[in-house]
Amino acid sequence: MSKAINHINSTVVPLNLENIDTDQIIPARFLKATSREGFGENLFRDWRFENNDPDQPKKDFVLNSPIYSGKILVAAKNFGCGSSREHAAWAIKDYGFDVVVSSFFADIFKNNALNNFLVPVTVSEEFLQKIFIAVENDPKTELSVSVENQTITIEATGEKESFDINHYKKDCLLNGFDDIDYLLNMRDEITAFEQARN
Amino acid sequence: MSKKTLFDKIWDTHEVKKIQDGPSVLYIDRHFIHEVTSPQAFKGLEKRGLPVFRPKQVVATADHNVPTLHQELPIKEELSRIQVQTLKDNCAKFGIELYGLGHPFQGIVHVIGPELGITQPGSTYVCGDSHTSTHGAFGSIAFGIGTSEVEMVLATQCLLQSKPKLMRISVDGQLGKGVSSKDIVLYILSQISASGATGYAVEFAGSAIRALSMEARMTICNMSIEMGARCGMIAPDETTFAYVKGRKFAPEGADWDKKLAQWRQLFSDDDAAFDKEYHFKAEDIEPMITYGTNPGMGIGVTGHVPELSEIDPRDKAAFEKSIQYMGLAAGENIMGHPVDYVFIGSCTNSRIEDLRQVAAFVKGKQKAPGVTCWVVPGSKQVEAQAKQEGIDKILEAAGFQLRQPGCSACLGMNEDKIPAGKYCISTSNRNFEGRQGPNARTMLASPLMAAAAAVTGKVCDVRELV
Repeated sequence: MSKAINHINSTVVPLNLENIDTDQIIPARFLKATSREGFGENLFRDWRFENNDPDQPKKDFVLNSPIYSGKILVAAKNFGCGSSREHAAWAIKDYGFDVVVSSFFADIFKNNALNNFLVPVTVSEEFLQKIFIAVENDPKTELSVSVENQTITIEATGEKESFDINHYKKDCLLNGFDDIDYLLNMRDEITAFEQARN
Repeated sequence: MSKKTLFDKIWDTHEVKKIQDGPSVLYIDRHFIHEVTSPQAFKGLEKRGLPVFRPKQVVATADHNVPTLHQELPIKEELSRIQVQTLKDNCAKFGIELYGLGHPFQGIVHVIGPELGITQPGSTYVCGDSHTSTHGAFGSIAFGIGTSEVEMVLATQCLLQSKPKLMRISVDGQLGKGVSSKDIVLYILSQISASGATGYAVEFAGSAIRALSMEARMTICNMSIEMGARCGMIAPDETTFAYVKGRKFAPEGADWDKKLAQWRQLFSDDDAAFDKEYHFKAEDIEPMITYGTNPGMGIGVTGHVPELSEIDPRDKAAFEKSIQYMGLAAGENIMGHPVDYVFIGSCTNSRIEDLRQVAAFVKGKQKAPGVTCWVVPGSKQVEAQAKQEGIDKILEAAGFQLRQPGCSACLGMNEDKIPAGKYCISTSNRNFEGRQGPNARTMLASPLMAAAAAVTGKVCDVRELV
């Protein structure tokens, strides 16, 4: 399966909270695995279940709501702060999201997301509020995200905003490239750099 | 000649290449690894059939999962045991030096780097742990990375990184009695918020920072990630050089002289440009305590939890969720609030200086009944030093438990968890929901404030007791 990602058209899951840290996205006690798989079932574990029991979903948490679903998670500002754990990006992707929208991402999370072909879309505070309002009015509201055009659109109203993405990272997302492949091709250059320093 | 910041000087000597409209290829001098964020990276290497490119530039330790009692026995918890064993196997297979359980150098990754003299000015450091920012206290570029990036560095000793914007935070003046570097960083956080430095590399400067010891400087750089900074740094000076000299892996003889001459050039030139600057006065800083669920939610100990009217309407939902989790009310005074647990440890405050400060305070005193007090040294060397100085006896006599080194109750990946609903004054770096255990309630403070709470059983103003 190709990792490449470009157009995503989907309903959304709204999580209107600021400063969501990676300890909430995936609590530390679930970091003991030695593989990258299966983290989705513990995504937002302590917000999702009563008494740490997967048979007791918390009714008021949006991931348990029958009303909302989709491949796009929308959160308020400073998403992914705290621990560097890439497990947070793995959990979000594994759960089925391809895009996270926020007005502000923590640096390490953003890198981790991009390295896992989970698209972090940074929108203005105003546009973020428009999304939350649109979704509140109609849970079936769809967003369309184009990596190629660097745009995010609220389908029902046609309201659109452009987002920034590093040119190199965009190429990686569109072509399924990997930073490691890029760096591996540079090993002679790296060795020359080391020799010049010594 | 153009003016350069400290950050520019180090970045420029480590930039292998700049990709057009993209990130730079940054050379990494030293890569620290631990058991939690490395297994998938090694798996990735194996899948690609690659060796570790520069195994001698990688140092490994086990810290997050390790028990803090009976480290001589096999780890009881199966998944923790497997993860620590996986690290051991990978290090053996790929030729990496491991300071694992039982080794005299074992400890928290950000404590052992500096104390072994591995951390030095002017270098670049990464680790799959956000508190790698600690090493910036030596005047180096040091930052946390994700597991895919751990794999990149193992495979190539390089990382693709976009150059961050630069911020300088100056703190001038003299700290009051009972106020320490932990209070400085919690104060800055309370002023600029948990996202105030996102996207920036932060240089800490000013007379109050210069006056601090190396260990105190590490506490500040350690928590620069809590304001969202990519890294924190402090220009090296005589305090730095004196700390590094003579340590196990520090340069010696002619090498030392050569390095020292280079290190003396590591400062931001006069009038070097920063994208953003903040200035604070040391005299404005009280002993700090956090009341909420991110490290930016801190107040002076004589202060109160904000009233709803003081909160920006957009932040109200998060604020209310936070204080509800903490079992606190808007406007409530924090002083006098009862405490159940005291945790002195973590990569923020588990160094010998922290333990000395706590021991000097509690000597001849007793912990309050009903309070559980854990002191967890940052490394085997800190533990040994504490015993040599009789700190263990003082703590024991006061009713504190001196345990064995590891991350412990900072993030509760091992058995050391704070029970649901209980209040813990913690010298660690994060008060996130569930950080110290599901539904545990964390208040961050300095080692002195934690010790004072241990003795009185409640949040109190340490200035009245010293």
